[in-house]
Amino acid sequence: MAEEKESAEAMISEIHKQITDAFDVFDHEFNKTVDVREVGTIIRSLSCCPSEGELHDLLAEIEEEEPTGYIRFEKFLPTMTKVLMERRYRPIPEDVLLQAFEVLDQEKKGHLEPEELTKYMSEEGEPFTQEEMEEMLSAAVDPDKNVILYKDYVGMMTVEDN
Amino acid sequence: MGCGTSVATESQTKQSEKELTYKLFYSITQRADESPKAPSPALAMKAAVLIQRWYRRYMARIEIRRRYTWSIFQSIEYAGEQDQLQLSSFFTFMLDNFTHLGGASPDLISQFLDPTSDPMEEEDRAAKYEKIEVPDSYPGPRLSFPLTVAHTNALLKAFKQQQQHLHARYVLQLLHETKKFLKKLPNIIHLSTSYTKEITICGDLHGKLDDLLLIFYKNGLPSIENPYVFNGDFVDRGKKSVEIIIILFAFLLLYPNDMHLNRGNHEDHIMNLRYGFTKEVMQKYRSHGREILLLLQDVFSLLPLATIIDNKVLIVHGGVSDMTDLDYLASIERHKFKSALRPPRMSIDSSQDEDKRKTKGQLPAQSSGGHRSISTRYSGNHLMKPSSGASSPSSSSSSLSSSIPKSHRMSDAQEKDTSTTSNGQHPLHHRSISPAGILEVPFLDSDVTITPRVPSREEMEWKQIVDLLWSDPKNQNGCSPNSFRGGGCYFGPDVTLTLLKKYQLKMLIRSHECKQEGYELCHDGQVITIFSASNYYEEGSNRGAYIKLGPDLVPRFFQYQVSKSTRRMTLQQRVSVAEGSALKSLREKLYAHRSELIAAFKQYDTYNTGTVSTSDWASAVESVLCLDLPEDAMPLVRLAPDGSVEYLSCFEDLHMEQPIKEVTPSLVETLYRYRTDLEIIFNMIDKDHSGLISIEEFRQTWRLFSSHLHVHVDNAAIDDLARSIDFNKDGSIDFNEFLEAFRVVHKLDSKEKH
Repeated sequence: MAEEKESAEAMISEIHKQITDAFDVFDHEFNKTVDVREVGTIIRSLSCCPSEGELHDLLAEIEEEEPTGYIRFEKFLPTMTKVLMERRYRPIPEDVLLQAFEVLDQEKKGHLEPEELTKYMSEEGEPFTQEEMEEMLSAAVDPDKNVILYKDYVGMMTVEDN
Repeated sequence: MGCGTSVATESQTKQSEKELTYKLFYSITQRADESPKAPSPALAMKAAVLIQRWYRRYMARIEIRRRYTWSIFQSIEYAGEQDQLQLSSFFTFMLDNFTHLGGASPDLISQFLDPTSDPMEEEDRAAKYEKIEVPDSYPGPRLSFPLTVAHTNALLKAFKQQQQHLHARYVLQLLHETKKFLKKLPNIIHLSTSYTKEITICGDLHGKLDDLLLIFYKNGLPSIENPYVFNGDFVDRGKKSVEIIIILFAFLLLYPNDMHLNRGNHEDHIMNLRYGFTKEVMQKYRSHGREILLLLQDVFSLLPLATIIDNKVLIVHGGVSDMTDLDYLASIERHKFKSALRPPRMSIDSSQDEDKRKTKGQLPAQSSGGHRSISTRYSGNHLMKPSSGASSPSSSSSSLSSSIPKSHRMSDAQEKDTSTTSNGQHPLHHRSISPAGILEVPFLDSDVTITPRVPSREEMEWKQIVDLLWSDPKNQNGCSPNSFRGGGCYFGPDVTLTLLKKYQLKMLIRSHECKQEGYELCHDGQVITIFSASNYYEEGSNRGAYIKLGPDLVPRFFQYQVSKSTRRMTLQQRVSVAEGSALKSLREKLYAHRSELIAAFKQYDTYNTGTVSTSDWASAVESVLCLDLPEDAMPLVRLAPDGSVEYLSCFEDLHMEQPIKEVTPSLVETLYRYRTDLEIIFNMIDKDHSGLISIEEFRQTWRLFSSHLHVHVDNAAIDDLARSIDFNKDGSIDFNEFLEAFRVVHKLDSKEKH
């Protein structure tokens, strides 16, 4: 019993450390605040994979009553601790990701045309910006065949990610 | 089980989430089987969101890696500039003691002095350049003066195609004309955005020609309709500094009212020795390189110090201090200040030398005031920690600096001129002087003369210029010495506000610091940093940017990034490359301080396990190297199964390529650490840039250097070393070869070779 409590405490302090380290990277003024526009990056760097909508909701919890453009650490820490403890927004397993691509591949070709992917990514769901789209295409499109071999792409990305 | 912990176990949640997602897709896929063509809109949306979610997280992780890499580069860069501090104080030491080395070798020491300016008249010099022959076979651009657009076009074309270098004759003539032109300019240039002209302001270029060409491509060439201000640091680090200044000076002469150059801290011949410009010139111009460099010294010192637009926007390279006085600055004879690292001298004529020799043999009766203001400032550097190998220079210097009033207060300095400091020591020999003022270097004469006083006006002027070219903004209020750089200040928002108010200015535009996005605002938007060399640290490290300013004086920013490879690298690849490079640099730095680091690690390793915790490892590294490392520099070391650091592993992947057997390991480490400084000193001694210096010169230089730093090196070992490097026994040393021996090879590099 005591052991489990100890390990829970150790886990919390480990989580606190992770959150603090990630926050500090973006705390340019060394005053325990970060620009609100960087919060998404911070949260994602903590192994969370929220959608934009989920991120928006999270921000609402963290932001000040009157938004100042800055997020304070005092509000960030407790919210993020809860998120990490509850294991919210876990990353997506490789096979689920692959299935998502397969869904978009209507004709079951085994690949996607750049135009197809662009259409979905820029028009569906939570659309990409042009910059995001370009960046994804630059890595995903096979230069010889000019298509996205999504199976290889997913495989490659998840390896590099680890 | 029922212990009340609210934390769900990982596998449980993962399982349930997976199940949920699977269920979703399973049910949907069934439907998909029924309608083989388009997925239902709901399904497509879900799939899209999933992919987008995942991708954004992936990109965020790359961004984090990019930032860690960035902070490593910056830490190393600023730590490197601290080394500059060491070197400059050594020069001061040399200058102060040059007569007393007379017994050993007057030439050696006189070579450290500025070459006396050539008494040749300007017209004679022009005629001399005219006589330099350009062969008919020379395919490059040919210049004649006054320059025309055809000339600048020819230059741009030639440099773009990376053909021929501009012939030395034209370089000399161009520099000659530039010097003549710059002489007529005031220290502070005033511009106006009349006729709805937009002025383009660019920051550091550092020899990156591709960036300059990209700016011209995006923004148009300089012309009467398209004025430019270039805010210093055109040279050093990049490989095309020569081309850049040729282009900039050519446009300067062509459009004198619409092309403006500010001096940067790298427009300085001693900086150029260290950071590559001197080398580049000597490599590209073997016969005339030295003459070009001499002429450049004058040209650099004649560059204006600041530009003001519409009386509202101040543009300087570095920044300001709480003492910055624009009116005073306007009155200075700027050409006297050739280098920030060598304080101005009253005169270089022999009469002064006579005086010095006469006073030889006397113990110091008075100490002069802080006429070597550079050292005074530098001795206030509290960051030079004793653990850096020299025997507590910082402790002595910080005690000295506390007994000397801060160099900021110039009025105190005037009083100082006529009194001794509280402990009777010369305030500037903060390292190697024992209380009696006697030097500890064995072969020097035993007495020291204090050099005659220089009026404090020069000191004040000096400080004004150095502050302008070297300072950095900081976030807290106040104005403190810039210990990282070794010159200038850190100025806070209050300093900015005061200055802007005093001169009724709206904002300050400066450069001097690399920024990831090419520009950055601080001090509540009143200070803008603009940096125009993209990929400064490494391919992919940062963007470059320039500002366009119209009559409304609202800055518009334009960013770009030059890409070397024809196939565009993904962000992931660029970050990986930058990361690898940063880690390599860091590893080399660790290697250079190996024994101190090991001692520091051992202090934490009480049970002698060979491991320390990650935070202890980071603390040890930080204290020895004075680097502020991000936590994630972990790829440098091997971790034990329990997560602790096997600290010896960070030295494993490096080895010296050609070990010199005669050299003991500790000497190797010392030589490796100071190799950059040694290279600079050797280059200064090597007047004809032949790559060779005499054995005697090598020995003396090394002895001086090591005694100045209180590095304990056995003199006999140095003698042996000198003799052994003189491979052909002709009494001269090829120091480039010598330094090559201390280049380290990274394990991965050598793997690739095989």
